[in-house]
Amino acid sequence: MLDEIRLYFRYIGISVRSQIQYRGSFLMMSIGHFLITGIEFVGIWILFQRFGNIRGWSLAEVALCYGIVNIAFSISDATTRGFDMFGLMVKSGDFDRLLLRPRSTALQVAGQELTMRRIGRFAQALIVLLWSAHALDVAWSPATIALTGAAALGGACLFCGLFVLQATLAFWTVETLEIVNTVTYGGVETAQFPLSIYRPWLRRFFTGVIPLATVSYFPALAILGRGAGSGVPPALQWGAPLAGVAFLLVALQVWKLGVRHYTSTGS
Amino acid sequence: MAQIVVGNLVKTFRVAERQPGLWGAARGLLHRRHRSVRALDGISFSLQPGELVGYIGPNGAGKSTTVKVLSGILVPDSGRCEVLGRVPWRERVANAREIGVVFGQRTQLWWDLPVVESFELLRDIYRVPSSSYQQVRDELIAMLDMEPLLDVPVRQLSLGQRMRCDLTAALLHSPAILYLDEPTIGLDAVSKLAVRDFVRQLNRERGVTIILTTHDMDDIEALCSRVIVIDEGQILSDGTLDDLRRHVTTERWLIVDLAEEDGDVTDPQATVISREGHRVRLRFDPEEVSAAELIGRITAAHAIRDLFVENPPVEEIIARLYGEQRR
Repeated sequence: MLDEIRLYFRYIGISVRSQIQYRGSFLMMSIGHFLITGIEFVGIWILFQRFGNIRGWSLAEVALCYGIVNIAFSISDATTRGFDMFGLMVKSGDFDRLLLRPRSTALQVAGQELTMRRIGRFAQALIVLLWSAHALDVAWSPATIALTGAAALGGACLFCGLFVLQATLAFWTVETLEIVNTVTYGGVETAQFPLSIYRPWLRRFFTGVIPLATVSYFPALAILGRGAGSGVPPALQWGAPLAGVAFLLVALQVWKLGVRHYTSTGS
Repeated sequence: MAQIVVGNLVKTFRVAERQPGLWGAARGLLHRRHRSVRALDGISFSLQPGELVGYIGPNGAGKSTTVKVLSGILVPDSGRCEVLGRVPWRERVANAREIGVVFGQRTQLWWDLPVVESFELLRDIYRVPSSSYQQVRDELIAMLDMEPLLDVPVRQLSLGQRMRCDLTAALLHSPAILYLDEPTIGLDAVSKLAVRDFVRQLNRERGVTIILTTHDMDDIEALCSRVIVIDEGQILSDGTLDDLRRHVTTERWLIVDLAEEDGDVTDPQATVISREGHRVRLRFDPEEVSAAELIGRITAAHAIRDLFVENPPVEEIIARLYGEQRR
């Protein structure tokens, strides 16, 4: 396991170095990402200027969810580029080369690239989160700070899982299936807001099927001290980030099935 | 003990049939017709350690499918396959450690990296201990004269240079078995010779077992003690190059360079294949007429500058073999 992590960082080191060769492009793209997502948050801010709150949630509270989800997404977006481009790899036959090497295929695909320009979105989300932490009338403790971090990481695992699942589909079809994109990007949009503002079926979908809301909304309840009346047990509020990790592990098992399918069909 | 055993290997692919035109593509989305293609139709052979085997056949004959099965990328429908006592697709990772694979058409090196960094990454991927890495790398670099290439990014290499680097890359973990898929394709004459020399040395001096698929018959002639010919998923012939020759045809060629241009040579026991300038090419059957007798008659009748006897080229043999089977 340690050796696998070491190899992953070897891969990433190479990817980072080759991106640094195009420094100007990296800077422009990062700033671009920062601005685009920044404008999105300005939109939310304007919404709250008009309405004051949404179903009892203030802007600062929503900003907490927004920050966690977008940090999570930017991390996964940066680390799973290889999975994102995986369809091309299968089509070109380059995946065969990975199978010829005595290492896990998921590790090799993940190692393809660490997309550094995603730092733009990450920075924007972090600023929103820090502003929220400042604006909220909440007594921060080491436990709630840790939970915030865990929620972001759990969310990152979850999004990584979604990207892995999407890539796995490439073993069955060369057509790109936009359906997973709908869930991923739609999920980001949805989970930026507290789950309680949505209709029950959507809440159930993002809790039970794709546990996206759990990694931001449930911890947010604990952090904001709103857990008492929510009907969500404390264990779930504090343990929710683990759902993201579990989701990623399941996705990696499905990936293995995909590899097995690939080796039996050869296409 | 055989190192590679393949028994009655069968593999069928399902190929989606595309219908022409926009309407066809649209219909293909809803309902797709499939066609079965039998890529391997009962392939059997076994290899002893240290053999160098030419694996030849026309495009689509099943060569790369066989190599994919042997390297654990592809699971056959039925049949047996063992490489060093392992079933490749069941123990893909363990098998991968023991084999090296070079595809002439594509590189396994990292496009933007200097060559030496690709090597170092492969060292980590294959978990080669530093001490043995250093030794193996230096030996390979010396054999292939690669010192000047090490710091060059792969994208700046010529095809011949790239092939030398790819050969090294495939051998850094000292595999016992090497699969070479068209290693000389597109190379200039000098690079081809360098690759052949290297492959020969690797096989003779280090005892690496090599399966070589190629369309270049000079590769086969220069390197392979044994040749397996495959077409349409079946083995047509398996033996030494001489066996193959004997099996297909016993004929030999007599090449005559006449003193005068556009002269004609005729003999009742030989047929003219071609005439160009001073040179006339004849074929004859040594069981019918000995080379000495034929040469005697021709030199008596014509003014000859030079003449020699040779085997028909391997291309010719193979082409006839295919023709024979297809008929």
